[in-house]
Amino acid sequence: MQTIVQNLAFGLFVGGIYGVAAAGLALVFGVLKILNVAHGELLMFGGYISFWLFSLLGLDPFVSLLITMLSLFVIGIVLDRLVFRYLTHLHGETRIKNSLLVSFGLTLILQNAALASFTADERTIQLSYSAAGIAIGGITLPLARLLSLLITFIGIVALHLFLQRTYPGKAVRAVAEDGESAALAGINVGRVYLYTMALGAALAGMAGSLVVIGYGIAPDIGLSWTLKALVVITLAGTGSVLGAFPAGLLLGLVEAISGMAFGSIYRETAGLVMFLLVLLLRPSGLFGRA
Amino acid sequence: MIERAVRSQAGALGARGWRWPAVAAVLALAAAAAPLVVARDDIINLLFRICLFVTLAQSWNMLAGFTGQTSLGHAAFFGIGALVTRGLWLAGAPFAGALMLGGLASTAFAMIIGVPTFRLRGAYFAIGTLGIAEVLRITVAQGMPLITSLPAQQIVGYSLAGRYELALGMALATSAVAALLLRSPLGLGLQAVREDEEAARATGVNVLLHKLLALALSSLFAGLAGGVFAYQQVSYYPAAPFSPIWTFDALLITYVGGLGTIVGPVLGALFFILVQDRLALSLEQAHQIIFGVLFIVVVLIFPGGLIEGWRRLRRRWRKGGWSK
Repeated sequence: MQTIVQNLAFGLFVGGIYGVAAAGLALVFGVLKILNVAHGELLMFGGYISFWLFSLLGLDPFVSLLITMLSLFVIGIVLDRLVFRYLTHLHGETRIKNSLLVSFGLTLILQNAALASFTADERTIQLSYSAAGIAIGGITLPLARLLSLLITFIGIVALHLFLQRTYPGKAVRAVAEDGESAALAGINVGRVYLYTMALGAALAGMAGSLVVIGYGIAPDIGLSWTLKALVVITLAGTGSVLGAFPAGLLLGLVEAISGMAFGSIYRETAGLVMFLLVLLLRPSGLFGRA
Repeated sequence: MIERAVRSQAGALGARGWRWPAVAAVLALAAAAAPLVVARDDIINLLFRICLFVTLAQSWNMLAGFTGQTSLGHAAFFGIGALVTRGLWLAGAPFAGALMLGGLASTAFAMIIGVPTFRLRGAYFAIGTLGIAEVLRITVAQGMPLITSLPAQQIVGYSLAGRYELALGMALATSAVAALLLRSPLGLGLQAVREDEEAARATGVNVLLHKLLALALSSLFAGLAGGVFAYQQVSYYPAAPFSPIWTFDALLITYVGGLGTIVGPVLGALFFILVQDRLALSLEQAHQIIFGVLFIVVVLIFPGGLIEGWRRLRRRWRKGGWSK
């Protein structure tokens, strides 16, 4: 019984990170209507920035989180200006399809740049307090993981407040709902695209720096994280950025349960199978409206 | 009337329709004679890889270039072909039979997943096929984690030249089928589906059937390519041919060479393998980065790829004489 609860807890911990990663991707997809499959690579770079700040400067990753997010924010701006800007003249399915292709080209560039710069070795951050945890009723909740989950939760709440209460946030929602009408209402759609892309990258950066603490990163993790984010988005339904968080937790739980029920081999496949089922049977997802 | 319309679809071929096949035949003969002239194994291996990628890219092109269905799960067919062929061949079956069954197994799998996946639109079709291929890869990786190696007697009698000729034959066959397909009424239907599904359906084209036929051909040749791979590799992990890298390489090659054309995948494969070979000595990752950049440029600015560039050059040559 305790093992089950322990496993579920760990499922939740990783699920929070899934949620944040997916929220970033969902934001970009919902607003710019482009599918950035290089999202996983952005996450990977976030992890590396965190890692190098830790190994070279001794900065605790929870402290350097903001620096990492800021760096990814800038990278997001650069990518938008250099690459994604040229997709905005397309519409509908063509835009999505071309963004898929273009961002795939980006994954090649980013992954190999990381491989050339950082080598293929897997990196993790082991904190001095990694082993410390809270013991409740026979199960151990490591402090670092709890802190991660808390941060992901705060991140999602902050995102929610940004989208609901601030003017730029409302502009983002307006563009997501109807870009043309937003432009007619005087919103600078190009600028909204720019900072939404940057925000999505920053969220990926947050997820990445949480991943490197105790899970580990390597240049090739991009694709599997992008897939995870896609699975979560499909679960949550397109159009639901905040639904990504509970959907992420759900994925984490499902993985934990299938790991226990069928063996750790099938953890990865469980998520993908669920993804395919949702795609085929309930495309609008759990919370979606599209 | 239909005949003329179909023939004019052929593009470069027109009244001088014998030109391209003749050139192709000459090049094919030259390529086939290569092992007689070249003694170096590494060059034969290079030629082998080019032929393998031509086959893989042409097969992907049938579904994505002709029919407009951008599948990201192509590695699944390559992998199944490799798996079945290797399994049967090492169990004692004659290789030819194993190869055929590998291709057919691939097609069978494609037909099973075809109907449900074609219900997905656009980007969802792409990531759905990717998801399926990944499920397959992970399952094989977990279920067959041990490396598969050729037994000693196979290694003793191993002939690289023979494998190369097989790959060359496969590349030629796939390209020929693609060329015939493009100029056939079926090919016309596929292109109609690519251009505008609703309009095609309105003019009486059975869209789902056309997509399934394109998928069948695409998976068949990808499976055969997988079988050729399984024949050539001395040892590899069974999950390796299921890696999405194979899909992405086929995609890159086809786009850079020229999506939807016959010569595109060939040019793209030549370019891809030669650049990879040259750069492998210096910075291995530079090859991928260069192709990533090229690919983005092609998608954004130059959708026709190298073929388009070549055609534009020829047009300017003809129009403006020698002055630019």
